[in-house]
Amino acid sequence: MPLDIPAVRLTGIAPEIALCATALLLLVIDAVLGERRNRWYLPALASIGLGLSIYFATEAWGTTRLELSGMVAVDGFASFVKITLAVFGLLTVWLGRDFLVRERAEEGEFYGLVLFAVAGMMLMAGAADLIVVFLALETFSLALYVLVGFRRRSLLSQESSMKYFLLGSFSTAFFLLGIAFVYGAVGSTNLYGGEDGPGIVSSFMATGASDVGLLILAMGLLIVGLGFKVAAVPFHMWTPDAYQGAPSPVTGFMAAGSKIAGFAALLRLLDVTLYPLREDWRPLVIGVAVLTMVVGSVLAVVQEDVKRLLAYSSIAHAGFVFTGLIAANDRGVSGSLFYLATYGITVLGAFAVVAVLSGRDDEKVTLRDYRGLFYDRPLLAGALTLFLLSLAGVPVTSGFVAKLVVFGAAIQEGYWWLAVVGMVTSAIAAFFYLKVLVVMYMQEKETEDAERVRSGPLSTGVIGLAALATIVLGLYWGPLIDVAERATLFFAGG
Amino acid sequence: MPISYFLVLSALLFSIGVYGVLARRHAVLVLLSIELMLNAVNINLVAFSALLEKAGLDGQVFALFVIAVAAAEVGVGLAIVILIYRNSQDTDVGELSLMKW
Repeated sequence: MPLDIPAVRLTGIAPEIALCATALLLLVIDAVLGERRNRWYLPALASIGLGLSIYFATEAWGTTRLELSGMVAVDGFASFVKITLAVFGLLTVWLGRDFLVRERAEEGEFYGLVLFAVAGMMLMAGAADLIVVFLALETFSLALYVLVGFRRRSLLSQESSMKYFLLGSFSTAFFLLGIAFVYGAVGSTNLYGGEDGPGIVSSFMATGASDVGLLILAMGLLIVGLGFKVAAVPFHMWTPDAYQGAPSPVTGFMAAGSKIAGFAALLRLLDVTLYPLREDWRPLVIGVAVLTMVVGSVLAVVQEDVKRLLAYSSIAHAGFVFTGLIAANDRGVSGSLFYLATYGITVLGAFAVVAVLSGRDDEKVTLRDYRGLFYDRPLLAGALTLFLLSLAGVPVTSGFVAKLVVFGAAIQEGYWWLAVVGMVTSAIAAFFYLKVLVVMYMQEKETEDAERVRSGPLSTGVIGLAALATIVLGLYWGPLIDVAERATLFFAGG
Repeated sequence: MPISYFLVLSALLFSIGVYGVLARRHAVLVLLSIELMLNAVNINLVAFSALLEKAGLDGQVFALFVIAVAAAEVGVGLAIVILIYRNSQDTDVGELSLMKW
């Protein structure tokens, strides 16, 4: 029997390969050179790897094709998400460097794991088959489980790692069951289908409506699995604990990265592949979106810990992105991309400030520690103010434009009441952002610090860049929205 | 053999796994229950692949992927359990409650 060896062209996953190769090289170099006082070469190498992956992702811009036997899609959507993820990765590596030096825990594994996580998230954006979605999901999740528990002497960090791990694997099992049911319902797991085999929708159309119940059940299970990763209610239980216990740079990375990766897979799955079945998934997703917006905003109001507060805020933001996803039109998809990119940069900036202020052992993160911050560290307080206002959606910041775009897309499809829910919850959310501002500007500091916190050069750079992006995108949003719109010219497949 | 036999077996295993995750308090037993859930899915995949006409070999390949990923997951999971045990001499998930709400 002659064996057909499929043509393997690795250009489709060049960004991921660049990252994995750099990560492996990094681990080897760290092991060979051993313990040194200043290991500047580790973050430098990680930055080069991320830069390379940006280069490869830009090169694929403008083409739309399926690679590796229809397993990976190379299109504008994937390129946009990959470049955004690489930028998040760069900010995380720089922030992590300062953090690790302060904690005296610099290890090559940190950078390696961040690169592996970014690679997994990137693969998620380009996945054109549920098998690849599953592998990508596990790749970045396993890296994140370890990163969350990276503070080895802190029981808090390990507790959150354990909770994240157990709940994460639990939800993965449901996701997997969903894939198995899709396979049973239509005999294929491919999102598009092509010469190598039928896709989910084309097989579904061919076999008729006999298994539609099984397919809808499967769809629900897939939404559970991905909803967990983007921290949607009611699958959000892990979020506050994981965010609080994780080292602050990692928390920022989780909030920015796993959200865009999860939504990238959701957008491709629901808005492209399952678009013909949109009347079946919309009620479910609308329920999740409303719950997510309301629960996230309301529970954030009572938080006393800044990291937990930002965790609940990130839950609420997942709800806002869902409105763009529900609209399922071009504007909704490009709006969601714009939202995820700007939210990620803003939230990374916010966690950069938190990381700087938390001091040795990453412990000073309660609202009480932020009293009178403005009089002590005016620049840091100003930057945090900007990020919080952007998260609240105040005009002249990127958060305002992002909300406008996704709500606009929902209204365009006739879901004006969903936009109303979004605006009401945004107003509730504004309350707890303002609460932090009141604490920073209008309350007296209680005790003098024994040791003045110092912001390292890299952290300062990250905060500055994020602040600049937040303002510039709030004033000149046009170019990025244009790019997001061109990115959403999907590859529709056979 | 009708496919429903396999599906019922898989559903039973999956449910036992879910019960185990929710009811067990020992971290290792929770991990074990998650493994049970993953293997229930494997049975599903292989049964669909072998008995459904429209399905090709994808399901069996997928089952191999799942086995490999499950092994990696247990590796990370047990490492976290050991780390926690070293710090607190305890593997009871219910005792891990430094954080609430």
